[in-house]
Amino acid sequence: MKLSVNLQSIDRRKCEMMNTKFKLSDIMLSWSIPIIALVVWYITTLHQTSMSLLPTPGAVCEATMRLLQNGTLINNIGISTARAGVGFIIGGIIGFILGVINGQFRLAEQILNTPIQMIRNVPHLAMLPLILIWFGIGETAKIVLISLGTFFPIYLNTFHGIRYIDRSLIEMGRTYGLTHYQLFKDIIFPGAMASIMIGVRQSLGRMWLTLIVAETVAAKSGIGFMATDAREFMLMDVIVLSLLIYALLGSISDFVAGLVEQKILRWHSNYRKA
Amino acid sequence: MSEQKNGVEIRIEKVNKDFGKFQVLKSINLTIQPGEFVALVGQSGCGKSTLLRLISHLETPTIGDIYLDEQLVERINPDIRYLFQEARLLPWKTVIENVKIGSKDRSNEKALQALKEVDLVDKADEWPAVLSGGQKQRVSLARALVGKPKVLLLDEPLGALDALTRINMQILIEKLWREQGFTVVLVTHDVSEAVYLANRVVLIEDGQVALDEQITLARPRKKDSSFAYFEKHILDRVMRNKDNMEDSEDEAFNSLSAFQR
Repeated sequence: MKLSVNLQSIDRRKCEMMNTKFKLSDIMLSWSIPIIALVVWYITTLHQTSMSLLPTPGAVCEATMRLLQNGTLINNIGISTARAGVGFIIGGIIGFILGVINGQFRLAEQILNTPIQMIRNVPHLAMLPLILIWFGIGETAKIVLISLGTFFPIYLNTFHGIRYIDRSLIEMGRTYGLTHYQLFKDIIFPGAMASIMIGVRQSLGRMWLTLIVAETVAAKSGIGFMATDAREFMLMDVIVLSLLIYALLGSISDFVAGLVEQKILRWHSNYRKA
Repeated sequence: MSEQKNGVEIRIEKVNKDFGKFQVLKSINLTIQPGEFVALVGQSGCGKSTLLRLISHLETPTIGDIYLDEQLVERINPDIRYLFQEARLLPWKTVIENVKIGSKDRSNEKALQALKEVDLVDKADEWPAVLSGGQKQRVSLARALVGKPKVLLLDEPLGALDALTRINMQILIEKLWREQGFTVVLVTHDVSEAVYLANRVVLIEDGQVALDEQITLARPRKKDSSFAYFEKHILDRVMRNKDNMEDSEDEAFNSLSAFQR
């Protein structure tokens, strides 16, 4: 007995070591193309005049330092992230609640599904003029637009996750006399979780997209404003920097969502480490 | 017979169950004594699983009543535990969390005790996905037992297991039944399993009780000549029906149309 336990723990340690090794090579692989792109960028912009269409990596670095020192970069990143986050949370909560209600109650689905699908079929960015007229160019307009963009994937995936749950598990729960709340907490919600996380990741993509559009069209602060403002003065380095920051924010949020997914769905064989 | 009697009496009175036009059960009368181990056998589709679902109130009878210790079955009763053919463990909960679902207070100690009874304490913190089929079924047995049930309904829970695991599970179920004395109703298509485990084998045929046989063998049972006698006797009866199946279906149809007229 003891021997087998020891063997198991040795096995586990071996696995962990292998995992860290894998991780290093994973990171190298996933960053290989960005690094190559950086090198290509550096080489192609090596012999350019100052009026070039693409700034050198060095110029972008200088712009980064300059904007870091006067604080505008951090300030704008903070504002953009806050907008994205608040919009995502509001849209996500609305989508989740609607998904739960429509997934559980046929009557609610019959009443609500058609209007939700109608709203979905209008691209949320097409609502921008209307939203600008209603809410002005303040924070509310951007948050409303981001909420509109993020609610649908979470709604749809929550709805499907709940609707296609294994009926036999619910029957099991009923024979054990679980209350409605317990059925939801122990069986329905965790059962729908894998699907909900897919919705979360889709929504994160739409969150950044909506943010960029909203900030480019109508804003007085944020990364998108920084880029638009730089265009007026032909500050190519700042424009490129804004794009890089969007790319970075997007991949950070996806990475975090991946970590959360791995933690929540660790019971799922697809997410278990080898 | 079991040493303690924690079980309850199950009385099934003139129970009919229709699914649409199809009559699955036709006026079944059956009384199961407290602490008795009854096996329901029969061809697939004969209604034996339906009867089990009626006792647990997963379905309601079209006509007739079922009583537990003189109490009409009107809702799902926490004294009745149902073991399905599949283990139906929640994959997102660890083994011990799954077992806890079986007790009202979700007590950790009771769950550990139940896992000890099925000899799976060392798997308490594992995910169900890493368990073998037999281990999963043992966890679901622990989950059923943790609430100290008075009735255990077994719906072919061993059907999907390999032969060796099956034998071990049979021994385990018999042992737990003898210790805890609950009433057991086992649905199985395996006559040998029925004779090995049950006090009484009831053959359901064409929606009716066709044979009700006391198994008088001493426990623990050995597969000797008297065991073979019971097994053959019941199996012959089951198979005889198969040959007459078409006739009896015609008869049933005729009587049905006569009734409608």
